[in-house]
Amino acid sequence: MQSKKIKEQIAFTIFRLLGFSVLGILFWILGFITYNGIRVISWKFIFSYPTEGMTAGGIFPAIIGTLYLIIGSILFAFPLGIMSAIYTVEYAKDNWLTKFIRIMTNNLASIPSIVFGLFGMTLFVNILGFGDSILAGSLTLGLLILPVVIRTTEEALKAVPKSYRLGSIALGANKIQTIKRVVLPAAFPNIITGLILSIGRVSGETAPILFTVAAYFLPKLPQGIFDQVMALPYHLYVLATSGTDIEASRPMAYGTALVLIVIVLIMNTLAGIVKKRFEKNK
Amino acid sequence: MKKFTDKLVEGLFKMSGAVTSIMVLLIIVFLFKEGIGLFNASTVEKGYTLFVNSNNPIEKLSPESLKKVFDGEVENWKALGGKDESIRVFRFDEIFSLYSDEELGTDYALLPQKLGEIIQSDATIIAYVPQKYKPKSTDGIKELEHIKISLNDFFLGREWLPTATPAPLFGIVPLVLGTLLVSLIAILIAIPLGVGVAIYLAKIASENVRKFLKPAIELLAGIPSVVYGFFGLVVLAPIVQKAGALSMGETAFTGSLILAIMALPTIISIAEDAMRNTPKAMQDASLALGATKWQTIHKVIIPYASSGIAAAVVLGVGRAIGETMAVLMVTGNAAVIPHSMFESVRTIPATIAAELGEAPAGGTHYQSLFLLGCVLFVITLIISIIAEVISSRKIFKE
Repeated sequence: MQSKKIKEQIAFTIFRLLGFSVLGILFWILGFITYNGIRVISWKFIFSYPTEGMTAGGIFPAIIGTLYLIIGSILFAFPLGIMSAIYTVEYAKDNWLTKFIRIMTNNLASIPSIVFGLFGMTLFVNILGFGDSILAGSLTLGLLILPVVIRTTEEALKAVPKSYRLGSIALGANKIQTIKRVVLPAAFPNIITGLILSIGRVSGETAPILFTVAAYFLPKLPQGIFDQVMALPYHLYVLATSGTDIEASRPMAYGTALVLIVIVLIMNTLAGIVKKRFEKNK
Repeated sequence: MKKFTDKLVEGLFKMSGAVTSIMVLLIIVFLFKEGIGLFNASTVEKGYTLFVNSNNPIEKLSPESLKKVFDGEVENWKALGGKDESIRVFRFDEIFSLYSDEELGTDYALLPQKLGEIIQSDATIIAYVPQKYKPKSTDGIKELEHIKISLNDFFLGREWLPTATPAPLFGIVPLVLGTLLVSLIAILIAIPLGVGVAIYLAKIASENVRKFLKPAIELLAGIPSVVYGFFGLVVLAPIVQKAGALSMGETAFTGSLILAIMALPTIISIAEDAMRNTPKAMQDASLALGATKWQTIHKVIIPYASSGIAAAVVLGVGRAIGETMAVLMVTGNAAVIPHSMFESVRTIPATIAAELGEAPAGGTHYQSLFLLGCVLFVITLIISIIAEVISSRKIFKE
């Protein structure tokens, strides 16, 4: 009897340690980047252009570039993803076709991001002739977040009680009206969670933009959707591995990494808050 | 009219429903279309050809042999099945040190003829010349047969030297082994940690602990891979270097460490879900029989959730195999077959990311990178299918 209890104590202590070691890893990474990055961060760092072979100045063009890519990819992925989810949840019957679509969505989600980069480069950059551009990059990133959007929207739609739909139909509304006026508004907050999480994802992805939009060094802002831009994650990659003077650009790299992490942190927190709100109202 | 717009909108929904399937299909088609040309290309660099003296019995040479000849590793024709004579390698540029510009004529009009003479006069020569200047008469000389790059060269080739001249080598074995090595070690590190944390979160941790551990793990999933790569480069690589007394810290093991951290959130969240789905009745029954909480976890919950845990591990492997930036930054990227985990390796995704920018569009190097993309795609596809099969398997055995 006693040894059973002791065994349990030992096992639980180990698991507790494991649980907190993950927390330790997270704090190690965040702490390290924050500690080294915070000294670099200033208004000047955020709002000025890189100078002296990217060893001084700021990262403004990269921030703006990432912003454009976020907006572009969301404009592409959201309407498409939401409509796709509406189809599978509200219209599709439970048959092999629906199953096939679900499997394909899962597959799309598991495709490595570099493969998206290859695909975007052939289709958008070369075949459709967009060149290295915000348009090509946004479409590629949009494809990448499409499964995320579809999944969160599907969940959001499924969470809307059936009685809402029946009530609406009973009042004489047709299916489209029901979806537009009843189901979508009810699912809206959860769909927003997906939106926020996709923003976090898009701002951090490097591999898909390597060959579709990212510029090594481009100290001006884009004039249109066919321009190249710098982007935060690619900028960090360049600073860390192939800058003109890697040692001298290290502080810049810490600063860029911190900005990236802060964006992700804000997006995750926001998503959490929205989700909690939604759950409370339910 | 209203009916019509309704129909239109419904049609739109239906079309979007198919969008992911279409995209997956398009990705396969385009990668394949760009890459497949590799098997139609000659092993010798485009626009060039090889000549030998007509007394030489050799008719054709494999890309590996060509590489050895031009690198000076093989110096005798005998090793290639020819006569016992040492090989004279003749590179096209050498002609300019043998003849002056005047002797070669205007626009090098006499160059092909001179080349012919050189090859004719030396029975041991192998000459690497541009198609443009290839000798017109074939007196006493012969062109080596052009062979196409074969499936074997690609899938079983042991050397990846895509920019070598005259014959680039596109053997993906070192890249595949590098990818597998890095991912497998990563997953070996991540399994105990990930499953342990999942057990803790699902069954042991109090609600308060869960409340901040869950978001922390989600945050770990949200950190961009390039930030992980940067962290690995400036923090882990020096540690690995110091701990192992290595000449450099960018090794397969460093990559595995970073990948293990990156795979953790996937493993934890799926394994935790699987354990939470264990029916309460089973747990209660176990407790009622006098088992402790740990015995219940160990003997009831883990076996019940085993297929979910397996699926979590498989998906973690998938994540690790496809990861690009972090691995590119910390593994050192030497495209050779690894002999230990403390050597530099290069994975498939890292190769694509590092080389595509420099590969001329439409060339063999470019095509080979798209084929690598196909290989990567197929691997991850198989993995996600395996995960699906495992997690849908019935657990109850009679």
